[in-house]
Amino acid sequence: MSTTTAPPTGYATIDMAAPRVPMTRLVKVEMRKLVNTRAGFWLVMAMLIIAALITTAMLIWAPDDQLTFGQMFGMMNIPFGFLLPVLAILLVTSEWSQRTGLVTFTIEPKRARVVIAKLIVSLIAALGAVLAALALGAIGNLLAALFHDGPGVGSWDMTWTGVGNSALLQFLALLQGFGFGMLIMNSAAAIVLYFVLPTVWSIVAAIIPWLRENVQQWADLGSAMGPFQSGDAVSGEAWQHLASAAAIWILLPLLLGTWRLLRSEVK
Amino acid sequence: MITIESLTKSYGGFKAVDNVSFSCRPGAVTGFLGPNGAGKTTTMRVLAGLTPADSGTATLAGHHYHDIPNPATQVGVLLDASAQHAGRSGREVLTLGAIAMGLPMSRVEEMLHLVSLTPAESKRKIRNYSLGMRQRLGIAHALLGDPQILILDEPANGLDPAGIHWMRSLLREYARRGGTVLLSSHLLHEVEVIADELIVIGEGKIVAQGTKAELLQTAGTFVRGLDQSALAGALTSAGIHAVPSGDGGLRTESAPEDVGRAAAAAGAVLVELRPAGGAGLEEMFLELTAATQRDENNAPEGVAV
Repeated sequence: MSTTTAPPTGYATIDMAAPRVPMTRLVKVEMRKLVNTRAGFWLVMAMLIIAALITTAMLIWAPDDQLTFGQMFGMMNIPFGFLLPVLAILLVTSEWSQRTGLVTFTIEPKRARVVIAKLIVSLIAALGAVLAALALGAIGNLLAALFHDGPGVGSWDMTWTGVGNSALLQFLALLQGFGFGMLIMNSAAAIVLYFVLPTVWSIVAAIIPWLRENVQQWADLGSAMGPFQSGDAVSGEAWQHLASAAAIWILLPLLLGTWRLLRSEVK
Repeated sequence: MITIESLTKSYGGFKAVDNVSFSCRPGAVTGFLGPNGAGKTTTMRVLAGLTPADSGTATLAGHHYHDIPNPATQVGVLLDASAQHAGRSGREVLTLGAIAMGLPMSRVEEMLHLVSLTPAESKRKIRNYSLGMRQRLGIAHALLGDPQILILDEPANGLDPAGIHWMRSLLREYARRGGTVLLSSHLLHEVEVIADELIVIGEGKIVAQGTKAELLQTAGTFVRGLDQSALAGALTSAGIHAVPSGDGGLRTESAPEDVGRAAAAAGAVLVELRPAGGAGLEEMFLELTAATQRDENNAPEGVAV
């Protein structure tokens, strides 16, 4: 093979003027990766199945005053809020535990762009969850009006504040899962710590009086989210509590996680 | 064109890559040969921007991988065929790649066909793939964006002899069109079959490089003395650089006559003196792999020794 014919030009050079991978394509790929594995697919299915079961249970056992659109919608948010963060965790950790990062970060070596694409996908998923909760709540409400005829059953009363608050909570929970995933880089550990750490903190804070009185309301994300679960407008103080707790449980893991992801060697 | 210059990378106190320099030219398949843990993978990972170097540079036609726009369409990389989500199908992996790189979906079919993954196989989950099938998928993924440069880490690992010959013709054709190929292996015979040029690495350092013909015809001398240390001393004082060979003798680049004269002048008794011949590369490689011999013997495709 010593015949040295000059290789065609273009083969010996790198085209630095080629267009880079646009964000829209990165988002499309990450969107697909969210649901194209068995874990992702069944998580989405589990959310829908649990939501359907809750609707059925409410139709059978709930008192008449809870058979309204607003109540149904509120209940639908529970399975979504519980499982969507797991989906967000897997979206990040599978790059490490399944070692797909090797391919992901050779296709787009600017890792921050991959993180942004994944965040956009998380936002889209949270919006999708709210829309699904609205749709399922509406179906449940229609069925309630069909089978029950107590006063107020099938009421469509619902505030946009309620929808907005639900969307906010979904997105915050997703971000929290995302941050834990980036920081811990291991699916099982990230999921366990995501569920266990806040509970442990609540227990510790409940035992130690000083913490309970001075720190708890500023540092407990679960209780800070409480006021946002109703459809009512939320007080300025509740917003401050949420901002403070979110800084600790969401912003901090996100920042540390991003730092770790950008610096880590991809193995 | 791949250029590695004075590349060094340490993990803790361990130097995985130690001042390595070499280059790969377009139109040739360059084999990167060394025992397991010699620093091949680390070098390739630095090249693909996945591992930061401590010092030195690794560039592709003068550019860092990190700066290349849509790099997978210009540089095809296969670092670990098993690093794929076990729950995705081979076809899905290629589809994800094609979407990200902005390629038509027909490219997925072309690549599956090229690496002989049947439609049924392509729809199976990767957890059910054999190592050979994963390697074929990995090669399909590296070639997906029709790159000018290929970086393949142990691509022949897990392929049967027919698969290795298939890869040889594939890469030869690719190089003939002007592509640059850097491919690593820990098996000498595998690299001998596929590569045009060779770079041999051991314990993080380059120990030999050149065309396959050059390396396989290494001139030099093998010499064994009654008193090994006396012989070594005699050669050193005559200005002949000699290194211990794997089988109790010494190896040097000097001609047999010079070695004989040096030994005679010092009165060192020789029991063996001969031209080293083409066995040089093999012997050197044996020496390099001596530490990992036990692993080699257990490897199913351990045909190098």
